[in-house]
Amino acid sequence: MAQKKLKAAIIGPGNIGIDLMMKIRRSNVLELSLMAGIIAGSQGLQMAADFGIATTDKGIDGVLAFPELDIVFDATGASAHHKHAPLLKEAGIFAIDLTPAAVGPYVIPSVNIDEHIFQEANINMVTCGGQATVPIVHAINQVSPVQYAEIVVTLSSRSAGPGTRQNIDEFTQTTRSALIKVGGAEEGKAIIILNPAEPPIMMRNTIYAQCDTAKINDIVRSVEEMVSKVQRYSPGYRIKVPPYADGDRVITVVEVEGAGDYLPKYSGNLDIITAAAVTVAERYATLKHEGAI
Amino acid sequence: MKSIRIIDSTLRDGMHAVSHQFTPEQMAIIASKLDEAGVDTIEVGHGDGLGGSSIQYGFSKATETEYFKAVSQVLKKTKLAVLLIPGIGTVEDLESAMKYGVKTVRVATHVTEADAGEQHIKFAKSTGLEAIGFLMMSHMATPEKILEQAKKFESYGADMVYVTDSAGAMLPSDIKARIELVRRELSVPIGFHAHNNLGLAIGNTLAAIEAGATSVDATVCGLGAGAGNSQLEALVAALHKGGYETGIDLYKLMDMSRDVVEKLMHRPQSINADTLAIGYAGAYGSFLLHSRRAAEKFGVDARDILMELGRRKTVGGQEDMIIDVAIELANKNKQGQ
Repeated sequence: MAQKKLKAAIIGPGNIGIDLMMKIRRSNVLELSLMAGIIAGSQGLQMAADFGIATTDKGIDGVLAFPELDIVFDATGASAHHKHAPLLKEAGIFAIDLTPAAVGPYVIPSVNIDEHIFQEANINMVTCGGQATVPIVHAINQVSPVQYAEIVVTLSSRSAGPGTRQNIDEFTQTTRSALIKVGGAEEGKAIIILNPAEPPIMMRNTIYAQCDTAKINDIVRSVEEMVSKVQRYSPGYRIKVPPYADGDRVITVVEVEGAGDYLPKYSGNLDIITAAAVTVAERYATLKHEGAI
Repeated sequence: MKSIRIIDSTLRDGMHAVSHQFTPEQMAIIASKLDEAGVDTIEVGHGDGLGGSSIQYGFSKATETEYFKAVSQVLKKTKLAVLLIPGIGTVEDLESAMKYGVKTVRVATHVTEADAGEQHIKFAKSTGLEAIGFLMMSHMATPEKILEQAKKFESYGADMVYVTDSAGAMLPSDIKARIELVRRELSVPIGFHAHNNLGLAIGNTLAAIEAGATSVDATVCGLGAGAGNSQLEALVAALHKGGYETGIDLYKLMDMSRDVVEKLMHRPQSINADTLAIGYAGAYGSFLLHSRRAAEKFGVDARDILMELGRRKTVGGQEDMIIDVAIELANKNKQGQ
């Protein structure tokens, strides 16, 4: 029997919202029922309307007034999500938060997809940098406990919108916190760099992990396995420099090329977080279909 | 007589030259001598500013708190400043520094990315700090682009905007074109920060002043990333000869340079093959020691790494690209054999 599609809405029709829309439209288990914004006629709302998707310019009120929604993707901003979260919870709608608000627990699909979706009404997708680096820290930590994880994310300037720029502190703080809470490191640090080079560079992530490096071969294997798990939802995720030991640290570099759904391929940073969000929603839909939720 | 403000960065940019290994006690001695000599403002911390202590940039000898505590205790007149590079340091880091009497924060972004510093400039102004926008790697942008970015800093409330030659890659004519334009179009004062990779730090600083800059950076013994900064003693001597007022006692500076700072240096602050490559390629000054280490590890020429980093238009803080480039060069060399 074909699985009944769950009804989803996106709130926040900016770059991330539009990219989400392209991905959800391909899903076998999700149906995009509504695109919500606050500016009538904005590009995102217009695009949704062209695809025959219902739209509202009444923001969260428009979402709450829409019948029978199962899932809402929030691609607005941190302060907006703080207002949306309790309202969605009350309405019994599962919320996938792509802002740095972090009302709910962090989810990185390749690491902890099933840990929170059974009991939480709201989960947070960390940051693009967290989606790209936490899996590697987790993979290393499986082999050799990581005392300190430090990551450096370099984004092309073109792919870093005003949201990222105005919330750059939240980006580093949320990513650091996820390195510890989900990656398993005892301590963490995150650095973000914007590079305006033309043509735009791919999203680049360097992961330094301080740990016992004696089992470097096992670490390499564990990281390779993890990378193939991430590739299932983000095919452009790949190792640039395979893990190597340098004294008491392991250094790994991964790159993310976007799928080019809405934004060009250099926007791997947006792609990995939207792909992760849709993966979580699809898992939720499947579990619900199986009666597990 | 025209007055010039000098911001000394011996204890911040100078930290690059000692791999961030000054002790709090050494910082306190240098700070008290700078205070005694009459320096207006000193910038203190890791070479990459607040939050800079890391694997990526090297760990500093002590914590930020230990440095600020040691320095703030000895300052009488001189103002204490910190550098904050958004993406590395945060408002939270600035708040901890403020407990030690920090009066000035310089918010440093790549020359085209001033909007990454909006939240930090606004926070600084809301708490009464002096906030300076610091446009790094200014050689990579046209005067018009620099003006656009400087205006952004001004609109966030910055009290001053700096044109920063992080790679020591500009000629006096480049400096003049940039400073003259922003000076003409902005209502806040303009500053300039030089590096000596092409041997032009003092000359460029004088060119900046002639073009209208009223605040300039320098360090004792020229200590700093790459071939270092404008050498404070030499700059003050040149400015005094040129009829400018700095409020600084030149003899006291000479004494501290000879008796204190020279003795703490890890190596002479010179223009050599590698630092010259930085200036010529337009690469970030602090790539120097990291490139030398990678060159040794992967058996390549540090100059080749630095030239390639310049070609790839890397920006400040991208020390992790050095590994990539070194590995690629090593592979290329192997294939060539």
